[in-house]
Amino acid sequence: MSEQPGGRGADLTLTCTELVELVTDYLEGSVDDATRVAVEAHLALCPGCAAYIEQMHETLRVVGRVPVESLSDAARDELMNAFRTFHTPAT
Amino acid sequence: MVPEDRPHVAEPTDAPEPGSRRQKSAAPASCEGTDGEAALVARLRAGHEAAFEEIVDSWSPMLLRLARTFVSTDASAQEIVQETWLAVVKGLDRFEGRSALRTWVFRIVTNLGKTRGVREARAVPWSSLAPADSGPTVDPSRFRGPDDPWAHNWTPAGAPQRWEPTPEDALLAGEIRAEVAKALEALPDQQRVVVSLRDVHGLSADEVCSALDISSTNQRVLLHRGRAHLRLVLEDYYRGREMKAR
Ligand SMILES: [Zn+2]
Repeated sequence: MSEQPGGRGADLTLTCTELVELVTDYLEGSVDDATRVAVEAHLALCPGCAAYIEQMHETLRVVGRVPVESLSDAARDELMNAFRTFHTPAT
Repeated sequence: MVPEDRPHVAEPTDAPEPGSRRQKSAAPASCEGTDGEAALVARLRAGHEAAFEEIVDSWSPMLLRLARTFVSTDASAQEIVQETWLAVVKGLDRFEGRSALRTWVFRIVTNLGKTRGVREARAVPWSSLAPADSGPTVDPSRFRGPDDPWAHNWTPAGAPQRWEPTPEDALLAGEIRAEVAKALEALPDQQRVVVSLRDVHGLSADEVCSALDISSTNQRVLLHRGRAHLRLVLEDYYRGREMKAR
């Protein structure tokens, strides 16, 4: 890859504006070490950004619990029948 | 005849790994090690209904989400997933294990979806669209201007405030989940599918890239924008509560 996502080279200072755009790369573990250190240093000192990232975690916990659609019962029964037909155990 | 093992048996390999961030509603049969995967395939081939039932129940929601990217109705997506499972049933003996089982199943959805999408004349395949906007994900007016000694840091009014009570509090949880579900459905197509597959269904970044045929950079950008928007929706919800309380 030619471009290191969120890479900042030797510059270890981050503004809040920059930090909020690095949050996903940081949570994905796709920033380089220097950037990760800079993000963590910033979070330790900045209540606004610390709240922001905590809110992001809370948001993701909610997203993980939204109701999901599944197959209809009829479709599911049909599949189980097909499975029985094709894969009847030898015994 | 194999007795039905309902309600499904909890195999040790199906338990979410401790410390993993996979969501409880997401597929329990994912992220298995190679051993778990081989055992699953062996059980399926041996005709264990419980094993099939388990993957149908745990993977169908994410397959529906994926299928829906190729077609314009939920009914069509249901049919694609149904056809996919039938293809799995028939093709199981030919599955060579060169990819993970789940990856193989995704590929079937994608192939059937593409064929079907063409038939239904869905104009542009969504993955060929470049991610739309690329501006900041947080309103710039919430940060101090360039002439401020604390340039580009939060203004006092713009800084995020801790959410009290938390979104998991029993008083709010139901309402908040409904708000977020609504906001997720309202996201632009690409963001919605990426956030859903990652954060609702618990797929890995690699699985999403391969299922949707997008680059990892693109995946991250879509995830970033989608997640930032959902956080903002929740923040607005909390601000609304505060206003009412005054
Ligand atoms: Zn900050």
